[in-house]
Amino acid sequence: MKERQNWGERCRLWMIRESSAYAFVFPYALLFTVFIVVPVVIATLLSFTYFDTIQFPRPIGLRNYIALITQDEIFMKYVLPNTIEFAVIVGPGGYILAFLLAWMLAQLPRLPRTVLALILYSPSMTSAVTMAVVWQTLFSGDQNGYLNSFLLGLNLTQEPIQWLQSPQYLMPIMIGVTLWSSMGVGFLAMLAGILDINPELYEAAAIDGMSSRWQEILYVTIPSMKPQMLFGAVMSIVGTFQAGSIGVALSGANPTPQYAGQLIVNHIEDYGFLRYEMGYAAAVSVVLLLMVLLFSRIANRLFSEE
Amino acid sequence: MRRRSFFRRFYSLRNSGINPSGFHPSQIPFYLILTPVVAFMLLPIIFIFSNAFKPLEELFVYPPRFFVVNPTLKNFIDLFTLMSIADVPVSRYLFNSIIVTVVSISASIFISSIAAYALSKKRFGLKKTLFAINTVALMFVPVAVTIPRFLIIARVGLIDSFLVHILPALALPVGVFLLKQFVDTIPDEMIEAAQIDGASDVRIYRDIILPMIKPAIATMAILTFQATWNNADTSAMYINVESLKTFAYYLSTLSTTAAGANTVAGQGIAAAAALIMFLPNLIIFLILQSQVMSTMSHSGLKG
Repeated sequence: MKERQNWGERCRLWMIRESSAYAFVFPYALLFTVFIVVPVVIATLLSFTYFDTIQFPRPIGLRNYIALITQDEIFMKYVLPNTIEFAVIVGPGGYILAFLLAWMLAQLPRLPRTVLALILYSPSMTSAVTMAVVWQTLFSGDQNGYLNSFLLGLNLTQEPIQWLQSPQYLMPIMIGVTLWSSMGVGFLAMLAGILDINPELYEAAAIDGMSSRWQEILYVTIPSMKPQMLFGAVMSIVGTFQAGSIGVALSGANPTPQYAGQLIVNHIEDYGFLRYEMGYAAAVSVVLLLMVLLFSRIANRLFSEE
Repeated sequence: MRRRSFFRRFYSLRNSGINPSGFHPSQIPFYLILTPVVAFMLLPIIFIFSNAFKPLEELFVYPPRFFVVNPTLKNFIDLFTLMSIADVPVSRYLFNSIIVTVVSISASIFISSIAAYALSKKRFGLKKTLFAINTVALMFVPVAVTIPRFLIIARVGLIDSFLVHILPALALPVGVFLLKQFVDTIPDEMIEAAQIDGASDVRIYRDIILPMIKPAIATMAILTFQATWNNADTSAMYINVESLKTFAYYLSTLSTTAAGANTVAGQGIAAAAALIMFLPNLIIFLILQSQVMSTMSHSGLKG
């Protein structure tokens, strides 16, 4: 009897103290669950099944993953190397570029800094659909294309190059275009982080005998803004894998010409929406999510506070 | 000691080093490196503007010219007088985009800021866990789960519904993360004082929290804007009714389908539409940029 009353009392106290907090979090938590948590769970479950969207998913254990590693020649020969090449150059490359640009901007007075930062940020505001129009015009394959006409004019090439349709040029163009638009939120966070460092830290370091700007970056700037560095790194990793559709947008075809620009995201769409092998596509999705997690772990190690 | 005060005086009025207050010759190398980089980054942006105002003969002139010589508004007039392939006027796509964007931004600000308030200032059992899950979700890559998302949206009955443009855009972990970090900077004493005065949670949220997190809300607005205004995939995947699709989708049909891309008139229309897509992004960021920078000061992620 006494225990029951106690329980009722505790329930009432909980209502007073915590229910409003849950009410505040609820709408977001609901949408978060429906559109982020549940899809990830379903993807994981589907990856262990055969599912062609018509019949109910049939569990087949690890066979999708085994097939991915042992039988999917396109994945091993093109998609995986392409994804790694793309991710390594655009990810860490873009990240280092963003940091260096932010650091140089921080050396300038407020007005020019703001103007230049805005210009560097503006490409990240352009959408894939806008840029497909622009890049297809600039890299157009006939002599009317801007780049072709420029090179022909300088006599650097004798005939127009099919930029977006030739396997050897597609990947470098994809990397360049993605780097161009990668100075986004992470870049702004790092710029703010650099500007927020207490100038006395630099004085102290100068008194301690620090002589060059490189030493200053390595021993003062980066250690004092590790949280921003980590935020920038996570944004850059996510942005890199999210940018996967660029090859298809540029060349206008999935699969891309001779799989030259085929990234893991395109592979998922190829199997999911063109071949309707949803179980297999889900297995590739899980691999992609694990790759993002792995890269983020590495970033976490690099910039953890301990 | 004397040396130290010398440094302090030097640094308080310094023109070199981080965040200088004026020009100093030591800044010249940075200008020399940054100017070409910035100019290069700017070229495609200028091209968006220049191309939209080119008359037809300049779009196809040989050799191609980067800058417009005789600017004209004809491309824009064509864009709004011609019909799309499916007999839907272009203004309809634009109208849909504006509604979707405005509703998404308002709903997203509201839902995320109340969640951020609770996650930062309220005491409840799952507080730490929920924020940790949200932080892991910063690494979430939506394109990876396109297929299960499609299955869920079909199950929930959102196919061909206007809400499918809005609801998925509201689950934005970066937004909640930035807002929560910003609410953290409001001193607890302020909220405790209000509680002692008998203020309810709703009043605290409305009268104390909201006015103090304006910069973070501006940032949230920009992030949601970019996620919805630029989104062509939702219309392509979940909407079969042409009159419910958005402007971004219409632009994507111009550059991918044979109907738009290959016709001579299509190029001018695409150039004009590309500018209309880009311009609002630029304007909104220009207005809110200083707020965004002050939010970014609190963006740090503890490893």
